Amino acid sequence: MSLLGLQNLTKSFGGLMAVNEVSFDVDEGAIVGLIGPNGAGKTTVFNLITGNHRSDRGTVRFEGNDITNWLTHRIVKLGIARTFQTIRLFQNLSVLENVLAGCHCRMHSGSVSAMLRTPGERREEKKALDRSLEELSFVGLAGQEMQLAKNLSYGNQRLLEIARALATEPRLVILDEPAGGMNEQETAALIGTIRRIQKRGVTTLLIEHDMSLVMKACEKIVVLEYGSKIAEGTPEAIKGDPKVIEAYLGTED
Amino acid sequence: MKNKSVYIYGVIFAVLAVAPFFLNPYWVDVLNNVGLYAILGLSLNLIVGHAGLFNLGHAAFFAVGAYTAAILNTQFAIPVLWLLPVCALTAGLFAAIIARPIIHLRGDYLCIVTIGVGEILRIALTNDLFGITGGPNGIFGISRPTVFGYVIRKPHEFYYLIGTFLMVTIFLFHRLENSRFGRAVNYLREDETAAEGSGINTSHYKLAVFILGAAWAGMAGDIFATKMTIIAPESFSFWESVVMFAIVILGGSGSIPGVLLGAVLFVGLPEVFRDFADARMLIFGAAMVVMMIVRTEGILPQRPRTYALPEAQNAGENS
Repeated sequence: MSLLGLQNLTKSFGGLMAVNEVSFDVDEGAIVGLIGPNGAGKTTVFNLITGNHRSDRGTVRFEGNDITNWLTHRIVKLGIARTFQTIRLFQNLSVLENVLAGCHCRMHSGSVSAMLRTPGERREEKKALDRSLEELSFVGLAGQEMQLAKNLSYGNQRLLEIARALATEPRLVILDEPAGGMNEQETAALIGTIRRIQKRGVTTLLIEHDMSLVMKACEKIVVLEYGSKIAEGTPEAIKGDPKVIEAYLGTED
Repeated sequence: MKNKSVYIYGVIFAVLAVAPFFLNPYWVDVLNNVGLYAILGLSLNLIVGHAGLFNLGHAAFFAVGAYTAAILNTQFAIPVLWLLPVCALTAGLFAAIIARPIIHLRGDYLCIVTIGVGEILRIALTNDLFGITGGPNGIFGISRPTVFGYVIRKPHEFYYLIGTFLMVTIFLFHRLENSRFGRAVNYLREDETAAEGSGINTSHYKLAVFILGAAWAGMAGDIFATKMTIIAPESFSFWESVVMFAIVILGGSGSIPGVLLGAVLFVGLPEVFRDFADARMLIFGAAMVVMMIVRTEGILPQRPRTYALPEAQNAGENS
């Protein structure tokens, strides 16, 4: 069954057609890769799904809901979490508090119960703390809770973003170049993490330039070029697709 | 480390608790002003320090609270302390109405609009708005507060009233800082897009923290009105907003001890150095410039929250 469905999604910035009539489905439990040359519109597609940009045309459906142009925090609450291509952590806050940000949308306490420190509020805080610690050890950042986010290495900052996304208890995580800035070992570990995310029953949609990661981890690949979808299929089919080879390597004449 | 600061705060509290017995009424009144500005500073700290929303018109909410108390007390003889929640409500409502359309503005733009709101309100009050604000002369004859039948009149009596209000404020705001709400406003200060992307309703929290800070300033306005028994528009000038803003920025954005220190430095110190009154602005200006170069986060900056982590994970990084 398809969890996320895009139909004829279109977005232009001024005269530039960034995303042009893109349609594809993400099946529940799958790992789907979105690839394409630089400037193909991959991140814009992500921004349209998560409500960071408003689409000109087309629809985004998630679990049967039409979420086109919803506000981002509502989309997160419904079950889509994301990471950013340019890392967007709360740099001056601790690693732990960055993950607690993800727990926010599953909590309810407001300003008054905080000031009164009601039993319900304490229970909720304790639960969020435990959950955050779990997510940190899930991505392999246990023991670094009280570090400031900006003091982490680049690769670990990416992992922290994933932990924050997972803390929102998503049905779908959208990873924008999760391996960017990682070395080979870190990338290999990341593939393991992505598979473990799948085992938890969370669907993954990712953009990645590291082809070894995409080919190893993804079950389905969607290829964009100049804002349009040029191919879709299994890694093997994509590898042999002449249109994809042309997009990446160019033609001989 | 933690024990040491508890010890220091304990000593300061003990000294302040008995201070009125050793000071003349003038100095007690100076401390009262420090306390009042500390409350105002703490309320503005929620907006400026924690949420990072530049509000240079905080005196407007202070004024709304003070005028609410003055009008309702002089017209309907409602006891001023009963009016505390009413003042919070009117100031909060006023904040909600003006903040709704402007809260999405960033940094300097929001700053300019809040300056404008503060000035518009001050001029409206001077022009006898709705014929109830008394024009430039303001409103006089506001009654003294009574606590269990005991009328509070003298500076040292007000000292304990304001002191109690300040202690309650510190207690509640400290809890608020260390909560889901407190974290949420910090997230939006750090990175609004990331906060929204983590599932935080950023526009809701901006509005909520703005209203809460304004409502608290409204209550401070009530205390101010009854302390002075007479209020006039000139008490709520742009300069007052600047002082509140400077208390937060100089003392330490997002830090309760920082704001308290800021209030002492900005309101208490000028009285100590009365003899140098002519050079006061010069010294302040120079101090501000130096601070902004060497210590942008304020004298006592916000400290990271601590959490009850299992094992010894807190150790080491906490120094």
